[in-house]
Amino acid sequence: MTNLPEATQKKLGLVIDLDTCVGCHACVISCKGWNTENYGAPLSDQDPYGGAGSGTFLNRVHSYEAKPKDGPAQLVHFPKSCLHCEDAPCVTVCPTGASYKRVEDGIVLVNEDACIGCGLCAWACPYGAREMDAAEGVMKKCTLCVDRIYNENLPEVDREPTCVRTCPAGARHFGDLGDPDSDVSKLVAARGGFDLMPEMGTKPVNKYLPPRPKDQMVGEIDLLAPLLKPVAEETSGFMAWLDKTLEKI
Amino acid sequence: MHPAPSVILFSTLSGLGFGLLFWLGLGLPKASGWVAFVFFVIAYLLAVGGLLASTFHLGHPERALKAFSQWRSSWLSREGLAAVAALLVMAGFGAGLVFLDENWRILGLLGAVLSIATVFTTSMIYGQLKTVPRWNMPLTPVMFVSFSLAGGALLAGQVNWALGLLILSGIVQVAYWVLGDKALAGSGTTLATATGLGDMGSLRAFEPPHTGSNYLLREFAYVVARKHAMKLRLISLVLMAGVPVALLTLPFHHWTAVVAVLSHFTGVVVSRWLFFAEAEHVVGLYYGKR
Ligand code: SF4
Ligand code: SF4
Repeated sequence: MTNLPEATQKKLGLVIDLDTCVGCHACVISCKGWNTENYGAPLSDQDPYGGAGSGTFLNRVHSYEAKPKDGPAQLVHFPKSCLHCEDAPCVTVCPTGASYKRVEDGIVLVNEDACIGCGLCAWACPYGAREMDAAEGVMKKCTLCVDRIYNENLPEVDREPTCVRTCPAGARHFGDLGDPDSDVSKLVAARGGFDLMPEMGTKPVNKYLPPRPKDQMVGEIDLLAPLLKPVAEETSGFMAWLDKTLEKI
Repeated sequence: MHPAPSVILFSTLSGLGFGLLFWLGLGLPKASGWVAFVFFVIAYLLAVGGLLASTFHLGHPERALKAFSQWRSSWLSREGLAAVAALLVMAGFGAGLVFLDENWRILGLLGAVLSIATVFTTSMIYGQLKTVPRWNMPLTPVMFVSFSLAGGALLAGQVNWALGLLILSGIVQVAYWVLGDKALAGSGTTLATATGLGDMGSLRAFEPPHTGSNYLLREFAYVVARKHAMKLRLISLVLMAGVPVALLTLPFHHWTAVVAVLSHFTGVVVSRWLFFAEAEHVVGLYYGKR
């Protein structure tokens, strides 16, 4: 049923730290690796070794330049995947009921056996979080690694989304954003986590943490500068003799 | 948005077909026997042909029946139901006229309402999308319905209705363009709200996530021919409303009617092409495209 649930018992989601992300794309690769061989149809590539490669990905990392009025520009790496919105427009538009939001944890999923591949859900998502697989003709999206987080066959430490598990910078966090006492909720509160495109009214569960202000160069740095001055302006002794001799040659 | 030929063809053909069914349902023209048969065949070819064309772009058309299930929330599902209901009711009404020489007025009125409701549900598939500000306007359904009524009146030979509705469609179309051009800016969605980084300074998409293309760029970031938009708008308006109106004011002739219909149809196709090609999806902002 593509009506959204009144409320979900949990709001599982990601917190992405834009201050820490180094833009290495490891999460992109691990996501593709895990999800192409687990939940649902594989994530196909078209012309992967040719000149016009293109493929299905559930997570992509953009990079933006922010230029303040004065001061140097800053580069921000920006991972983006499904935000598992509370008011998910992608779910309500689906004509078949293939798209749904789970009551127990708030994860937004596609039942690929019911998907007719009309693409309307991808039109309705403001974030570009859904991609139609060109080989399978069904809609693919982030599952929050629903086949990892509850998977008792995996060691406890691996029971989190593969992007979170992989991130070498610790820029991705996973947890219940509906519980104000969870680590992720505390992190969001402490760092001023925000929503993407709040004006769209989608109420994303995933939150983003802003880059911390960078240290600014104020005036001249002269704390260490005196120590870096040449110790002797005029050479003397052996060095002076060497200098002169070498010049004569 | 990518202007998929199947979707453009679908909405144009079925819009005309259901428009014609609307007038037939009202009993305009009052036809029976063979004349009614021809009218109904034309209407069904257009409406059903359009519906079939719309399944061409599905990834899994064999599961299309499932699309009737979610009418509580989905305009696409409602469209399917409304279309089937309209076609069934009008088939009953048409059979009465053609084979039994019976005019079941109530059935005709019901069919007329369902036919125009189908066009409305089609328009709401686009009109509901906040992600495409140019479509997310009340004028979107107004435009679809007025086009359908005008084209239907033209096909049904209702000269006076057609004249008025064609002029109305032209006005609605121009208003849609004028307001639509301001819609993205008016929506308040920018790269700053998309990334939440507006406080850091002026933003620029520095490096895209991938070097090749992808589904999102192919589907949503269609920019190629927007530069010809102004010329195409004029062509569309002249063909859709201008030429047919001029022809209708001439003394009635069968060939003027045919030219008027063809001209109108071509104009609507161009208008629909622009409807998609000019529409900006906000996801383009993430890629530094409008
Ligand atoms: S991010 Fe997009 S796909 Fe994910 S729940 Fe929100 S609207 Fe749906
Ligand atoms: S593409 Fe599939 S999941 Fe998306 S709206 Fe269509 S049927 Fe539903």
